[in-house]
Amino acid sequence: MSGIWVVIEDRAGRIGRISWEAVSAAQKLASQRNEKPNAIVVGAQTESLAAEVASKGVAKVVRVEHPLLSQYTSDGFTLALEQLFRAESPDFVVFPHTYQVRDYAPALAARLNQVLIGDVVAIEDGPLFTRQLMQGRLAGSYKAHGAGPCFISVQSGAFRGETADAGTAEVTTFSPTIEAGQIRTKPSEPFRGAAQTVDLGSAQLIVAVGRGIKEADNLPLVQELATALGAELAASRPICDNGWLPIERQVGSSGQTVAPKLYLAVGISGAIQHLVGIKGSQCVVAINKDADAPIFEVADYGIVGDLFEVVPALTEALKAARH
Amino acid sequence: MKIVVAIKQVPERDAQVHIDASGRWIEESDLQYAMNESDAYALEEALQLKEKHSGEVVVVSVGPERVGSTIREALAKGADRGIHIECDDLNKRDVLGVARLLAAALKPESPDLILTGLQSDDLGYGQTGVIVGELLGLPHASLILHVEKTEAGLTVKRELEEGWFQTIELPTPAVLTIQSGGNKLRYATLMGIKRAKTKEVRLVTAVELNVESTPVVSLENITLPQKQKSTQMLPGTAKEAAAALVEKLKFEVRVI
Ligand SMILES: Cc1cc2nc3c(=O)[nH]c(=O)nc-3n(C[C@H](O)[C@H](O)[C@H](O)COP(=O)(O)OP(=O)(O)OC[C@H]3O[C@@H](n4cnc5c(N)ncnc54)[C@H](O)[C@@H]3O)c2cc1C
Ligand SMILES: Nc1ncnc2c1ncn2[C@@H]1O[C@H](COP(=O)(O)O)[C@@H](O)[C@H]1O
Repeated sequence: MSGIWVVIEDRAGRIGRISWEAVSAAQKLASQRNEKPNAIVVGAQTESLAAEVASKGVAKVVRVEHPLLSQYTSDGFTLALEQLFRAESPDFVVFPHTYQVRDYAPALAARLNQVLIGDVVAIEDGPLFTRQLMQGRLAGSYKAHGAGPCFISVQSGAFRGETADAGTAEVTTFSPTIEAGQIRTKPSEPFRGAAQTVDLGSAQLIVAVGRGIKEADNLPLVQELATALGAELAASRPICDNGWLPIERQVGSSGQTVAPKLYLAVGISGAIQHLVGIKGSQCVVAINKDADAPIFEVADYGIVGDLFEVVPALTEALKAARH
Repeated sequence: MKIVVAIKQVPERDAQVHIDASGRWIEESDLQYAMNESDAYALEEALQLKEKHSGEVVVVSVGPERVGSTIREALAKGADRGIHIECDDLNKRDVLGVARLLAAALKPESPDLILTGLQSDDLGYGQTGVIVGELLGLPHASLILHVEKTEAGLTVKRELEEGWFQTIELPTPAVLTIQSGGNKLRYATLMGIKRAKTKEVRLVTAVELNVESTPVVSLENITLPQKQKSTQMLPGTAKEAAAALVEKLKFEVRVI
């Protein structure tokens, strides 16, 4: 058994913020035993990524390299990392909780008879790993009992990602054995959805509506509020899934990331996939009938009430204030 | 095409959930339950594939007696038959343990396609489908919005982050985890509800499936989440709260 490892994700040749957050979670685990974590980069040309990671306070960097890893596939990544982990027997492996990790890490863990503790938001002594339950309304602490590596993935934004430059770690290469026939899926290049006509990313004021609005016919209520405030209208995913508003107005992990001065959330519960899209907001206001809705955990101002009463009252008050 | 859909019964979306006396689970006695949201989309995708290509749609659910009602709901929407894996200690099993039960029950069915929801709304692991694929030695694709049958197998549309997508080709049999929103959900018709009563639901117990059940990870305790910000609550009637908010927006946030 040896050490704490962190898997870095290659995002089109760059290392995203969430990978640095995973590094810092791994450093936290490693520091409890006076160690530094080892980092892993996976791909066909990982030299520059490895060099970048090597300066960030890790003990060593392993480049898991194979031509068949040039494009991400679950089969390729699972095979490659399975071989590395069988050779290295890590104690802990930390991943960033990205869509890519969700796609292969559960299979990789199962192949080694382990279970990924996914979407971790905090690490307590033990170690106990905290993750959200019931869409953020509760938190659960998990413990690993297995003999093999303990796999965890960390939620975006849960750990601080600024890791200071600290020396140059040794870089080694691991060459897994993979045959073309073992890769069963054929992915295409990523493509964008519909053309973007609204730019929520630069909007200063946003009124966002969620499933609390109940029906498409009720949307004008919120539209009027947005107009009175001079704000752009945005929505949570279910509103766009239902086709009530175009998908370009969806905020969250699979939609837009916004950073307005004011984000006014109406009838939105505050699931993490929504919240990751609004982290850059300077002020969050929530209107929700449920005082325990997770949106209030990140709100600066809150009104607990029925949106069908509060929103019209607010629209009136805004109109009056502007005159 | 023979398609199996794994459906989970979860607390209703607006249900008030409370931590139970043990501090390790939620109070179940007064809860209302419903079909997990992304599973409803998985079922819809399966029913549409069957309508296009004919075949059979089988639903499977692991849980105590109450999950029978969710299986009936799926049958009323058009699934052909159900498998209920009876298991009263779901909260003591980890996600690998649940996936093992599903895999053991599905193996003799030899389906062409296994669909699961992307993620359960209660525990939110987002792993079960991927692990079932691994246990059965089948290829998988996750976060799928659309499925098309081809000569060679399947072409699926996968959601990526921030509004990006990709297509993936894969052979069958395969496992897909379905993301919400790809289709419009159907309602059960009166006729469907009537017919559901006569459809087969096979009961198997977790014990009969005889899978390894010692968990690798355990849920040690449940707590209320920690607040990240101190929120100023604006009390009063709707009118009073609205007026107070306008004041804040004017003088503290300075956006009007
Ligand atoms: C991989 C993945 C990606 C996702 N990507 C996104 C994403 O990009 N964006 C996104 O938004 N979601 C995304 N989701 C979905 C997310 O998990 C939530 O399901 C979704 O954000 C919930 O939307 P909501 O808050 O509008 O609805 P709900 O969770 O149903 O909340 C409705 C809220 O309205 C309140 N309410 C009801 N009636 C009233 C009333 N009369 N007055 C006041 N309040 C009322 C309720 O108390 C509740 O809090 C994603 C999920 C997954 C798994
Ligand atoms: N107890 C269960 N019975 C049937 N299907 C389940 C069960 N648990 C999980 N699943 C399936 O696996 C998906 C993902 O669940 P999870 O991994 O818990 O997020 C769900 O959407 C279901 O399709």
